[in-house]
Formats: sequence, structure tokens, C-alpha cells
Amino acid sequence: MTDAAALPVTAPVVGRSLWADARTRLLRNRAAVVSMVVLGLIALACLVGPALTGHAYDRVYPDYVRAPASLTAYPFPEQVIPAAERIAARARAKAEGATVANGAVRLALVAARPIDERLLAYFDRSDLFGPAKVLERQEEGRRLVVEAPIEYRTFLFGTDSNGRDLLTRTLIAGRVSLAIGLLATVVAILIGVVYGAVSGYAGGRVDLLMMRFVDILYALPFIFFVIMLVVFFGRNFVLMFIAVGAVEWLDMARIVRGQTLSIKRQEYVQAAQALGATPSGILRRHVIPNTLGPVIVYMTLLVPKVILLESFLSFLGLGVQEPLTSWGVLIAEGAKNIQGAAYMLVFPSLFLIATLFALNFIGDGLRDALDPKDR
Amino acid sequence: MLPFILRRLVSAIPTLFLIVTIAFFLIRVAPGGPFDLEQPLEAKVMENLRRIYQLDRSLPEQYLLYVGALLRGDFGPSFYFRDFTIAELFASGLPVSMTLGGLALLVAVLIGGTLGTVAAFRQNSAVDYAVVGLGTFGLTIPNFVVAPVLQIVFGLMLAWLPVGGWNGGAVRSLVLPVIVLALPQIAVVARMIRASMIEALRSNHIRTLRSLGLPTHVVVRHALRGAVLPVVSYLGPAAAALLTGSVVVESIFGLPGVGRYFVEGALNRDYTLVMGTVVLVAVFVLVFNLLVDVLYAVIDPRVRYE
Repeated sequence: MTDAAALPVTAPVVGRSLWADARTRLLRNRAAVVSMVVLGLIALACLVGPALTGHAYDRVYPDYVRAPASLTAYPFPEQVIPAAERIAARARAKAEGATVANGAVRLALVAARPIDERLLAYFDRSDLFGPAKVLERQEEGRRLVVEAPIEYRTFLFGTDSNGRDLLTRTLIAGRVSLAIGLLATVVAILIGVVYGAVSGYAGGRVDLLMMRFVDILYALPFIFFVIMLVVFFGRNFVLMFIAVGAVEWLDMARIVRGQTLSIKRQEYVQAAQALGATPSGILRRHVIPNTLGPVIVYMTLLVPKVILLESFLSFLGLGVQEPLTSWGVLIAEGAKNIQGAAYMLVFPSLFLIATLFALNFIGDGLRDALDPKDR
Repeated sequence: MLPFILRRLVSAIPTLFLIVTIAFFLIRVAPGGPFDLEQPLEAKVMENLRRIYQLDRSLPEQYLLYVGALLRGDFGPSFYFRDFTIAELFASGLPVSMTLGGLALLVAVLIGGTLGTVAAFRQNSAVDYAVVGLGTFGLTIPNFVVAPVLQIVFGLMLAWLPVGGWNGGAVRSLVLPVIVLALPQIAVVARMIRASMIEALRSNHIRTLRSLGLPTHVVVRHALRGAVLPVVSYLGPAAAALLTGSVVVESIFGLPGVGRYFVEGALNRDYTLVMGTVVLVAVFVLVFNLLVDVLYAVIDPRVRYE
């Protein structure tokens, strides 16, 4: 028994498929792996983040318009007493001896006439305080000692020019931008792959006609197409981006056609034809799977292209409608406010650029990994 | 060569005709019209307007009228920019857009080509990584982010250059828009030249040149000839797009180019303006595709057109 155990067990030689090979090479590419992790984190943050920030993306805080990004919670200590005094003035009273203690502000309201206690609701209506309590009534209601709890809120990325939390809005915008990028890309690839494969496989006059059609669409100005789509599908954003995908398939069709032309001369395709397989069966089983390498690479480059396109449309004012938002909308707003509130441009831009960088590196990594020449 | 060019020019005519036809009917089926204002016009006024602009005829009749006018070189009057014909709008805007686009293209080819070549010669060095990183940067940052940042830094903080305006084409006003237009193109050209140069440097004839100890500029000259081909085919459509103006750059820097007509024409249903932009782009694309093919034969003697 010991002899047998000492013998090396010869495992059957396992062939490595092209995909397994590509995966190992991709995982060895550090930039691509880091990019995949970054992209995964951004997607995760956009999916679950808005529920964790403690702000609704469309909640307006009128007292915190364009509040700069800050790690410490608002209101800052020096803001509390002036704010309380302003509220006192709205309740037609003068504030005296305002002090902050234990997360609450305490002050005395003094007026010439008795103070209407219903006016204390102004404290609750402000974004800084909770409901105010009357501790003491003096001088027949002309002097009230009032205590109002301070409501602390954090705006890690600050707030926009309407007083909405920018972190929540950036994450919600990420959902929209990423979803649009994926949706349009999937549509473009579906159409492009099928069109290109059929055109290349059919060859001859059919190929000539189908490719002439692609050439004609190429020569139409892209903006014209997109604006026509906005006009037709303006009310429905999802439908519009399916349509944008339907415009973006031209490059894809050309790439796949070129691949198909070389694949259909391969022996295995001829063998399938000799065995009597139908053209659609050959396309599905042999041609399309073999074109997928360049398709996947092109896909990672198309997603950023569509996200940028959406940003561009939003910049022109043709994108998503308020209160929903996308990275492009936020960046366009930030560019308008760059002088007073640079953070409004910085944070959404960081997210967009990080995503685009990651997608680019993944695309490059995939191209290198799937290139059989580069072993 | 000449017969080939002539044949291509002739075959471009049916393509152009199809493009005009598709665009004409596409814009006409779009809901809304050029005279739909917030407050509807009086019925009588509307009727007169439609008659003046021949919108009261049937659609096929209008189509024939338009194509007939186009054949005579008449783009028609603008519906939205009253008192201007499309030809006048293009005559004033196109030189602006073409100046900017042409300069941007030149800058992109010179800088992008140099960067890409340097990176290929020093593959996997710090210089190479810097070029690749810069290339990714230039590709991923939207131009409507770059433009305001440059305006703030060079226009307001340093006060070196004007923030915007055409200013009769003064060099100082051109610098920022050209940079913004050229940046993504520099990135693409650098990446493409780098990739194809690396391949060219590995080829036998270049290895021989290098082993003979010839000076670098001779090696570059020979290697570039082969490496530049994919860039040429990219630059054809890119040049067509650049020369016909950019909405974003023109609106941010307040330049009187033709780029904004693409958006304004389609949004205001200015039918003749839209058709004008369509014809403009199509002509540029067709001409530059032809130019690419001709250049291909010039650069690569193996390419022959019978």
C-alpha cells in the first residue's frame, strides 16, 4: 500500500479552453482586476447606498441650500444660535440668552404682546430643530422660555442648489447612468451581432445591400437621430435608450460581419454544412459564439460611450427629468456652480470618471486576454 | 486612380439621395411643426405661414420641390432664424467650425502621433504608462467638464486667455476651444499609434533597420508608414465630425459655429435647417471616406484600386 501511495497519480491531461485561458490572463492583469472591484463597489453603492444615507433623493432642505461637503454633521455650533434668533424674529419676538446644551437650544422669547404659542411651529418647520417645548411662561405670556432639540444631519457630499443631499443624488444618478449604459449596450449588441452575422454569412448581394444600408445610416448626423428619438420617445426614458441602442449597433455589425467572413471559411463550418445543418443552426452554434471575443471587448467600450452620450443629452437639457437625475445632469449643474460650490462638480465627476476608467481598463484587459496572438 | 475617384464620386450620388430621402420623411413624421409656439398662432396667420413656406402642399409634392431646389444648390430659407437662408447661416458658421475643427485635428495628429510613437519606443517604461494613462484620461472626461475647468483656470484665475467668444478668430480666443476639441482625439490617436507602432517595431524589416544601427528618425519614418494606416481610417469619420462643429464646445465658449444648428434645427422643427445639416454631414462623411481610401493607396503601395 505504501508503494502505491508513493507513486505519482497521473491525472488525465485537462485541456484548457480559450475561455479558461482568457480568464487566467485577465485575472493576472492587475489594472483590470482592480477596475472590476471598483466597478462592483460603485454598482453596489448605487444599488443599496440611497437607502443608507438617511436622506431621500428628492427631499429638499431649504435651510441647507448649497451646504458645502463636510464630514461633521450640520448644523455647525456657530450656526445654531443665529438660526434660533431668526426663527424668534419670525414669531415676532426677540431672543434672549440663547444657549446650546445637550443637543438642544434653550432661549427666552420676549415680546411686547403675549406670544402666540402656535408660532413655535416655525422651529419644527426649520431643518435645524425639532418641535419646540415651552418650559416656562412669564409676564403673562410676554416672555416664554423655550427649548428645541437640534436635528443633526450629515451631508458628506454637501447639498445641491435646491438643498438636496448630493451623496444620495449621486448614487441615484449612478443607478440611472449605469442602467442606461447597460440597456442601450445590450440592445446595440443584440441587433449588431445578428445583423452582422447574417450579412457576413449570407454574403454576395445580400451582404452588399445590408452593408450599404449601414453606410447610409453612418452618414446621417448622429445628433439628428438622437433628437428625433427624444422627440418620439421624449416621455419615456427607458424606451428612448432602447432606441439609442438601436442607433449604436452600426460599428458592432461591421465588426461581427468581418469576423463572420473569416469564420465561415473554417473547416468546422464546412463540416456542419456537409452534415446538413441549417444556416440558422450554424449561425447560432458556430458563428456567433466565435465572434463573441471582440463583441465583449466592444461592449465594455460601448457602455462608457452611452453613459457619456446620456450626459451629453442631459447637458443639452434633453436627458432625465427632475427630480430624477443622472451623472450628466449633476455634472452639468456642477459646472454651472463651479465658482461658488466646486464640490458640486467634483463628486459626481469623480464617480463618472472612476466608472469610465474602470470600464476602459476592463475593456483593454479583455482585449489582451482574448487576443490569441499575445501569449 | 482618377477613374476610381470618379467612380466613387458617382456612386456617392445615390447614397446622398437616399440619405436626403430618409431624413426628409423622418423629420416630417416627427410630431410638432416649425410654427408651434407656446401660444398657438391664429388660424389665419398659421394658414398664411404654411402657404408661404409651401407646407400646405402634400408631402410627396413638398419632397419633390425640396429635392428640385437642392439640385439647383438651393437649401431654402430657415424657418426658425427668420430673414436667413440656410446657405447664409452655413456661410457664416462653417468657417468658424472648420477653423476650430481643422486646428484641433492638426493638434491631435501632431501631439497624439508624437506621444504614441515615444510610448511605443519605450514600451512598459514610465513614459509609456504616462501616455496610456493620459490617453484614458482624455477619453473618459466629458468635454463639458474640461471646458468650464479650463475657463476657470486660464480665463479667470490666471487671466491669460479670454473665457469665450470668437473675436474675429483671434489666436487667443481659439486656444481653449481647440484644446477641448483636441483632447479626446489626442487620446485616441496616441493609443492607436502606440498599438500599431509596437506591432510595426516587431516586424522584420524594422528590426533589420534597428540592428543596422540607423538613427531613430529613419526607423520612425519607415515604421510610421505602416503604423499610420489604422489611424487614417479612424481619422476620416473623426475629421468629418470635427469639421462640422461641436454643440457643446460652441455653446460653452459662445462661438458662432454651425454645431448648434444641429440641435436647434431639430428641436424647433426647422425642416430646411435640419435637412441642411444632414446634407452637410453626409457630404463631409462621403468626401472624407473617399479621402481615406485615396490616402490608403498613397501610403500603402500594396493597395490597388482597379
